[in-house]
Amino acid sequence: MFSLIRDTLLSQAVTLWRVFRKLFVKADTVQYPEERPYMFPRWRGRIILSRDPDGEERCVACNLCAVACPVDCIALQKTETEDGRWYPEFFRINFSRCIMCGFCEEACPTNAIQLTPDFEMAEYVRQDMVWEKEDLLIDGTGKYHDYNFYRVAGKQIAGKGKGEALNEAEPVDVRSLLP
Amino acid sequence: MTTMTEKTKVEIIIDDVAHQVNAGGNLLQECLSLGLDLPYFCWHPCMGSVGACRQCAVKQYRNEDDRDGLLTMACMTPVQPGARISIADPQAVDFRAGVIESLMISHPHDCPVCEEGGECHLQDMTLMSGHNYRRYDKKKVTHRNQYLGPFINHEMNRCITCYRCVRFYSEYAGGVDLAAQAAHHHTYFGRHEEGALESEFSGNLVEVCPTGVFTDKVFSERYSRKWDLQTAPSICTGCGVGCNTAPGERYGELRRIVNRYHSELNGYFLCDRGRFGTGYVNHAERLQQPQDAEGKTLDAETAAARLREIAGKAIAIGSPRAGNEANHALRRLVGETNFHGGFSAAEQACMDEIAALARDPAFHNPSVREIEQADAVLVLGEDVTNTAPRIALALRQSVRNRAYELADSAKIPHWQDAAVREIAQRERSPLYLFVNGATRLDDVAEANIIDTPSGLAREAFALAHRIHADAPPVGGDGEGNAEQLARIAEQLSAAKRPLIVAGAGSGQVELIRAAGNIARALHKRRGNGGQKPVDLCLLTGEVNSMGLHLLTRPENSLAAALDKLANGEAENLIVLENDLYRRAPHARVDAALNAVKTTVALDLLPNRTTARADLVLPVAAFSEQQATYVNYEGRAQLAWQVHRNHSAARPAWQWTGEFAHFREALNDCAASAPAMARLAEVLPDTSHLPGGGKLPRQPERYSGRTAMKANLNVHEPKQAQDPDSALAFSMEGVPARRDATLLASPWAPQWNSNQSISKFQDEINGPLRQGHGGALLLKRGAGGAGFHPVAETDGTTGIELAPAWQIFGSEELSARSEAIRRRMTDAYVAISPELAAGHGLSHGAAVNVRGENASVTVLACVRGSMPAGVATLHASDRDIDFHGLGARVSLAPAAGDTPAAQALDRGLGELIVSDLAREG
Amino acid sequence: MFTFAVGSGLSIASILLAVIVLAAMLIWVERRLLSFWQERLGPNRVGWFGIMQVVADMIKIFTKEDWVPPFADRLSFVLAPAIIMVVVLMSFAVIPFTPEVGVIDSHIGVLFVLAMASLGAYSVMLGGLSSNNKYALLGSLRAAAQMVSYEVFMGISLLGVVVLAGSFNLREIVESQADGWYIVPQCIGFLIFLIAGVAESHRLPFDIPEAEQEICAGYHTEYSGMKFGMFFVGEYLGLVLISSLITVLFFGGWLGPSFLPPIVWFALKAGFFIAFFILMRAALPRPRYDQLMSYGWLFLLPLSLLNLLLTGVVVLSTL
Repeated sequence: MFSLIRDTLLSQAVTLWRVFRKLFVKADTVQYPEERPYMFPRWRGRIILSRDPDGEERCVACNLCAVACPVDCIALQKTETEDGRWYPEFFRINFSRCIMCGFCEEACPTNAIQLTPDFEMAEYVRQDMVWEKEDLLIDGTGKYHDYNFYRVAGKQIAGKGKGEALNEAEPVDVRSLLP
Repeated sequence: MTTMTEKTKVEIIIDDVAHQVNAGGNLLQECLSLGLDLPYFCWHPCMGSVGACRQCAVKQYRNEDDRDGLLTMACMTPVQPGARISIADPQAVDFRAGVIESLMISHPHDCPVCEEGGECHLQDMTLMSGHNYRRYDKKKVTHRNQYLGPFINHEMNRCITCYRCVRFYSEYAGGVDLAAQAAHHHTYFGRHEEGALESEFSGNLVEVCPTGVFTDKVFSERYSRKWDLQTAPSICTGCGVGCNTAPGERYGELRRIVNRYHSELNGYFLCDRGRFGTGYVNHAERLQQPQDAEGKTLDAETAAARLREIAGKAIAIGSPRAGNEANHALRRLVGETNFHGGFSAAEQACMDEIAALARDPAFHNPSVREIEQADAVLVLGEDVTNTAPRIALALRQSVRNRAYELADSAKIPHWQDAAVREIAQRERSPLYLFVNGATRLDDVAEANIIDTPSGLAREAFALAHRIHADAPPVGGDGEGNAEQLARIAEQLSAAKRPLIVAGAGSGQVELIRAAGNIARALHKRRGNGGQKPVDLCLLTGEVNSMGLHLLTRPENSLAAALDKLANGEAENLIVLENDLYRRAPHARVDAALNAVKTTVALDLLPNRTTARADLVLPVAAFSEQQATYVNYEGRAQLAWQVHRNHSAARPAWQWTGEFAHFREALNDCAASAPAMARLAEVLPDTSHLPGGGKLPRQPERYSGRTAMKANLNVHEPKQAQDPDSALAFSMEGVPARRDATLLASPWAPQWNSNQSISKFQDEINGPLRQGHGGALLLKRGAGGAGFHPVAETDGTTGIELAPAWQIFGSEELSARSEAIRRRMTDAYVAISPELAAGHGLSHGAAVNVRGENASVTVLACVRGSMPAGVATLHASDRDIDFHGLGARVSLAPAAGDTPAAQALDRGLGELIVSDLAREG
Repeated sequence: MFTFAVGSGLSIASILLAVIVLAAMLIWVERRLLSFWQERLGPNRVGWFGIMQVVADMIKIFTKEDWVPPFADRLSFVLAPAIIMVVVLMSFAVIPFTPEVGVIDSHIGVLFVLAMASLGAYSVMLGGLSSNNKYALLGSLRAAAQMVSYEVFMGISLLGVVVLAGSFNLREIVESQADGWYIVPQCIGFLIFLIAGVAESHRLPFDIPEAEQEICAGYHTEYSGMKFGMFFVGEYLGLVLISSLITVLFFGGWLGPSFLPPIVWFALKAGFFIAFFILMRAALPRPRYDQLMSYGWLFLLPLSLLNLLLTGVVVLSTL
């Protein structure tokens, strides 16, 4: 009988009392916009395209962000400079569909696409939430300061010939018989 | 692997599970046939095993009690009854992981900027083998790339030295300008110097290379990942073979063509015209809106109404490059009596003869696979490499049947590629070419009989008489090469499966008749009653030449139509997807067009005929509409619509307003032409799809759905509907996982590359599990016709004129593609050195060719192997009145400063022939 | 006419107005209280402390499209939310707020309230049935079972008070508590009534008929706009009614030290219970449906009968 009362009534009463005491606890609510919360650097907010340390576009239009995107809100088209560097002819994010999941950033092999702590992206016109490359591209390296994909990758571009990437030997002389 | 090994099944045990496999196969092939995942690189289903990459290691055990086993290369190990192997054995797994790790030592870190990424066999196999981190910290070997022409990109750093490229390029396709160079880990696959790859099949390197060393340069210019391409099963419209292709579309542009496996036709390979020749679909000049004579745009309804208005008193000319439905709808619109075929006079005669022979019970029209099985081949007058390139590749395989015979006698399985080649040395099955000059098949041919077209016909008739005495003999000096003809007759008669190849490309109906006589002579020689028919391959010129011929009344030729029009027997003319100036003498076309009141031209690109038309209706390109085409065998195949055209262009059958739906047009076509009765069989059975469900054209990982059109309007449009087919313009629907007849882009878990096709095949190199779409339309009649009498020589003299075909440039539409244009030559006339010397012509000089009713200025091309009495003319994309020249021409040097000569600015640099008499 | 007296027009009008305004205000009160108990701030933007949130909500709910699903039974679909409003408001007719304020002075006040509460079940049942939606139907089935079950011992638990007061007249029940509130002799009756009251107004934790995690929104899944608003306000009206009844039956109604006017005492007591109900919502989890039923029939019913029996014994023995 006692255990019944303890389990049914007493425990409920204790719960009620504990919740009641919360009346005198300070609320956790942050009074945005008067109060600005601290945004952590790895917050997943507005998406940007960054540049490599040499100031060139990092995006190589590999399409991995687009395929990783669960809502399919990224569309781009690969094109190529004279010297063989791939870059996007256009790069479009439909932020009215974006769910800020960050899969694109995870998929990006060149650290080009990054999510930033900016979350204030509301627009009165939905069409304004479609961002093109001009809107996305920033003039810095974003969170990753040193990485330069073309310094690592074997593909030849202007200013970096065959055998000049990270860990590469001089190109082979096909005519040579030396071991 | 041309001949199939015997199909006895034996039981082997793989990882403790018993499986039934083909005796005589190798373990790798049988494992893949069973659907098991076993990584490999150097093995190719069509090229057998060489054991170069060491990737397919498995454990083989002596018996049930053997716990240790031996590591062995699956691709090099024959199946033995009761064999016990293990794929999952830890030692085998470890070995394979080690192999892939060492293969990847120098692989550059560039998958994101590699066109192969996402459909890369190396990526798949790396993942499958479990290698994911590069432990090797030494320097990577690097290579300098070469310029390999407008089709193929070279990135040697990615090479894993599997040797598939050279095995395909030189051994399978007979190319001479790609080879392995240097040695050990410096091995380099390239040309001796930079330059375009010569082979007509170089595009297959893209699919043969397991990684991104050879990639599609045309595709790379407007690149999309495989998963982003909207794809549907299609048919190549480049020639009359009807290879199965898979065009891919993105952002409204046709991006690329890849091979779509068909066990009877193209197998795993396409020619470069088929692969790179569809750029015209994206041409800036594509007709977009209906236009009247002044170039004023009309709205579609008005234009369609006008077409129907004038149709009552019109003659219509069909098109061998339009589908059956388009031709049939026009036939319905104007009535069968007013519907004419769109062939040139010479081609019409050839087609009539071909169609007659195709119904003769004495013959069999072989598929490409069957051509590969021929053990003695005779090609009559057709430059197969340039008119039906995929057939040339098959003929090249047929000469290996002698090697397989020798291998059989030495008990070497056919898949032991290196051993089979070793035992054969230079022994080949006989291939004889009756041609008017050197061809690209000469290197595998036993001998060439080189003569003028009329001379070739005489010799062919004589050959028939040698094979069987019932064939009419040739009088006079018919047998210039008596000794050679005797040997050919003997070899063809002795062969188990002889094959005669001829075609409409030669433009010589006598050659086709002679081919018929030879085949009939062979048939008679085989003895009486119930004999096997003889393989007689008669090639048609364009994708639907056969279909158009089946839909046209015999007397309704283009020539007859032009006569009727010039005589005022009809008021109006409707031309379907046809440039009449390519088909008939310009003077006659002009006379006809001047006589009619209204000319309506339906086409997709402007040409000389649309320029003269009073009403031009834009039609959809092959990838923008559903259509059926009939190939050289009489095989009707369905090409599905891949993407939509956003202009007013629509399929021609829709313009006629005769039919509301594709299915109606097709069924009515089947019902109204007896030869087309089986056409409806090409429609797939979709009864297994639940609730009228559709199959997606877009892969499951299709990206950008909510962004690709967001720049136009952020509100996504409704999914485009396709009421005419079982496919949807969507990634939703029932994926054709197990049915590759409806699946353009094969994919299986862990297999993202085109190698995944093995998951859809009944067995390796076998048919797809659900069979292939398509139906053979032609029924053989009951009684065969007799021999054809030998043609009388007409006694005229002069230089005989014949067409010269080029894989790049002869086909009307592909010649408008940017990539193909980079490999095209200018218009030329090929002549022998004697003829050149006699007329004071040098190679590359402008020459005036004068004929019956016309005269044209082209470049002279001097070829050492040609006989003196013939000139072959290649019109390229120039405005050349070939048909106006007539059968005999005369030559004269042209002044280099005439406008006609000045226009010839492309030169002959891209011409790839072996007998070029270069001067200086 | 314009003086406060039971049954006067002024009295009726002010009760009606006060009750409805109070119910509307409760929307805001509940949201704020809940958020305090959940360490949040709640709606604090519109007006002082967010009090105008009620107005904003009302504007919203009044201007929403008045929509009846095409598959619903139109008549009963429209009728259902009206019933709940009407029956709960009718119940207020017999509540004695102060000696002067009230609508009628009925001799069968307790029975009237119970009768009206029974009618409330129709609203929920019709709403669920007419919606032609499986979740709505499930919700109304649960509601019917729950309300019918808990009515039984709700009635029985009151009988102790009736026995002590010797009257069904709520006004007389209040007056009979001048010597002492019935919470003392009828503490068990009070607990049962409290629990049954929550179940009767299907408030959390007994909101099983509209358990959104299980059956969407139960019987009012298909409702929107003001018809939904009527269900919503009806629920708050029920909350006020149960709190008022507890005040009247167990806590002496308007009675209290005379430094405050009777209406203030009444409001304070009722307000306390309203807050308590909201606290229950904030703190207690929802039982399973079968738990609710077995708890009612196997525990509360015997307990209420026992309470009545004991009360009877005591009253008879002191006669």
